[in-house]
Amino acid sequence: MTSNTAATPLSKLPIGSRGRVAEIEGDDEVSIRLMEMGLVPGVELVLLGVAPLGDPLELELRGYRLSIRKAEAARIMVQVIYEV
Amino acid sequence: MSAPPQTRTITVALIGNPNTGKSTLFSALSGLRQRTGNYPGVTVEKKIGRTSFHGQQFTIVDLPGTYSLAPRSPDEMVAVDVLLARRDDVPQVDVVLCIVDASNLERNLYLVSQVLELGLPTVLAVNMVDVAADKGLELDLGRLAKQLHVPIVPVVAHRGRGLKELKEAIAKAADAPPHKIANPLPAAFQQEVATLQASLEKRGGKRVEALPRYLVERLLLDTSGYLASAGIAGVDEPLLAEVREARQRLAKAGLPVPGVESIGRYTWAGQVLEGVVKRPAERRVTLSDRIDRVLTHWLWGSLVFIAVMFLLFLAVYYVPDVTGASWLLDETLAWASNLVIANVPEGAIQSLLVTGVIGGVGGVVVFLPQIFTLFFFIALLEDCGYMARAAYLMDKLMSRIGLSGKSFIPLLSSYACAVPGIMAARVIENRRDRLVTILVAPLMSCSARLPVYTLLIAAFIPNLTIGSGWFELPWLHAVTLFAMYSVGTLTAIAAAWIFKKTLFRGPTPPFVMELPSYKMPGIGIVLHRMLEQGWAFVYRAGTLILAVSIIVWALAYYPRSDAAIDAVDPSLRPRAEQLATELAAAEEASPTAEDAEPTPEVAALREQLAAAEGRIAGLHLEHSFLGQMGKAIEPVVRPLGWDWKLGCAAIASFPAREVIVATLGVIYNLGEEQDEQSPELKETLRAATWDGTDRPVFNIPVALSVMVFFALCAQCASTLAIMYRETGSWRWPALTFVYMTGLAYVAAFLTYQIGMRLIG
Repeated sequence: MTSNTAATPLSKLPIGSRGRVAEIEGDDEVSIRLMEMGLVPGVELVLLGVAPLGDPLELELRGYRLSIRKAEAARIMVQVIYEV
Repeated sequence: MSAPPQTRTITVALIGNPNTGKSTLFSALSGLRQRTGNYPGVTVEKKIGRTSFHGQQFTIVDLPGTYSLAPRSPDEMVAVDVLLARRDDVPQVDVVLCIVDASNLERNLYLVSQVLELGLPTVLAVNMVDVAADKGLELDLGRLAKQLHVPIVPVVAHRGRGLKELKEAIAKAADAPPHKIANPLPAAFQQEVATLQASLEKRGGKRVEALPRYLVERLLLDTSGYLASAGIAGVDEPLLAEVREARQRLAKAGLPVPGVESIGRYTWAGQVLEGVVKRPAERRVTLSDRIDRVLTHWLWGSLVFIAVMFLLFLAVYYVPDVTGASWLLDETLAWASNLVIANVPEGAIQSLLVTGVIGGVGGVVVFLPQIFTLFFFIALLEDCGYMARAAYLMDKLMSRIGLSGKSFIPLLSSYACAVPGIMAARVIENRRDRLVTILVAPLMSCSARLPVYTLLIAAFIPNLTIGSGWFELPWLHAVTLFAMYSVGTLTAIAAAWIFKKTLFRGPTPPFVMELPSYKMPGIGIVLHRMLEQGWAFVYRAGTLILAVSIIVWALAYYPRSDAAIDAVDPSLRPRAEQLATELAAAEEASPTAEDAEPTPEVAALREQLAAAEGRIAGLHLEHSFLGQMGKAIEPVVRPLGWDWKLGCAAIASFPAREVIVATLGVIYNLGEEQDEQSPELKETLRAATWDGTDRPVFNIPVALSVMVFFALCAQCASTLAIMYRETGSWRWPALTFVYMTGLAYVAAFLTYQIGMRLIG
């Protein structure tokens, strides 16, 4: 739906990247849950880190921290503001 | 509404996001005046508290913490039903008390916007102002109150600050008409909701009553399909068809469901907060940030995690013993038993009181030290913010068997005791994940299995060692014990995986977890939670455990007949009586101080009397219903290498596994006072033979088959009782008992049969 082609899935970004959410794919429970937590188009987020075993991820958005799995992060299309 | 405000009880529904201090506020408001129970059919805990202010009574209903009032499961539906007065077991809500985290207003306002739509008088409690100040946020709460048109009270829940003002605001709000805010969703969307409602009205008045506006809106927004299939009165196929059409129109208009809701509400939250929150120009690095950097670091974070879990496990395992709590409980129970024995004449009543009642009460309180210890730790970890990090660190591992990181602590705790482990599973909000965790928790080798392992390993496994002198390792005993723990763990992993593939198949639930800011845990809250959990166990499972204990006592006691004993050995009872008389005479002839050595004559008489009484008790048990049951199931347990005595001991240990040790003592004529260290019991077991032959009952394969059986069986009434209470249904404990006993039987069978082939 979003016309911007530069959007990348959040799961592909390097740790420390900052980006702006362009789109959440899907309309099932997972995407509803993500949007309820504030991951809606336009919101800025920082990818803070990843758990020692490689999953899940730690994000910061709207002044709080959130953990989601890579499988969920793959649905979050992000326009990168800066990469590390 | 007709009664004067002084006598009317105001019903307050407390709602808020997780990690906002909601439970703390609930406890601060209601203190000890609270009741807990279950809502029928769901696993949500029903917590109702009471408080008063200037003679005004309040009933506070604590709703489960949630980020959104958008039900997608029966558990989540409870909050909506309470708020919309759709439940008969909760009074109609007069005021909604919504607690928000001051450091995180934007996300908290999402839920607030849904609550305000319900049109109920609402009061906002703004908690954690101190955390917001740490982050450098400046808040203008007066402006927020004006924007939202609701009373706002700043509180510090864990210090009990602001409670008076809060109660005052609630009392006032109850009598004031609520101010309806403009719905934050786009006009075109609201038009569709209005159209759906109009169509319902056309088709009959009852449907409209059954479906308030908020539910119609939810039905339009809920693409998960839960509300459509939840069997709500008024929701039928024609309505659902209209809902689908409405969604298509909205998608065409660029307002696709479900995104339209979150975008609308977050846009609204942004507007409301304009001028309310002033952020520092540069994002401040707080102490919490620095702590998090270490605790989620791949190396330091993992090391701290292992240390914390190790400490937690050791504590649950050893604190009850080290602090003397278990000893004190044992002594108290022994004192009570002696009191009964001294004051109640020997017979059925004495036996019922000592074995059935005191034994049953013991079976309940014996868990309290473990429950207290575990929940002390859990409350501590939860309150300081580490709990979410533990789930974060362990999620990948647990996802391999289809669970999430939140299952880790309940399962780890189950190695100490499955009862608090199952209670700890309440933090898992996904129903399927929670049930699987509860179902496999009893497979973890808990501390009650240890006496069984200790006794049988010491008696039957050859004590091969390496090294000598001070460095002598009993390696074969250690390997056997380790094997027993591994059997449980590996079976649990397999069982969880199979449950997730069969009974609990479904899409992977989203793992979307807030990582709250770290803070100093409040000792008052931690102690409160600990006591609350202990009480919940006594209150929820206690009566059931007591009942099971009494039933098993009756099975082992009745039908009591001296004639049956005389038929086996006519001289036995007269001899015991004569020995008792002789002993009394001998003791009188040479009185000795209580702790002094008795004379050889007295000692010999005592030994003979104990042997005779042990044999009588053994014969009574053999003739009891339990003994008969043991004999009846002998064909079933024979393939495991067991005789009827072992079968009988297995049945008797249904209330608790460790009971098998005492039962073996009775059945082998040694009396009840045997424990796993007792040398006599080990000797007797080694010498035991099949009835009427001199073939020994026990050999290594039999001992292993008994151990494997006890590693996997569900012989613990407390576990099954707490499972019933936590899930609200007998289905799950029944399933657990059947699947675990089945597994235990098959595994014990294989162990014995393969073992016998090997020793040939």
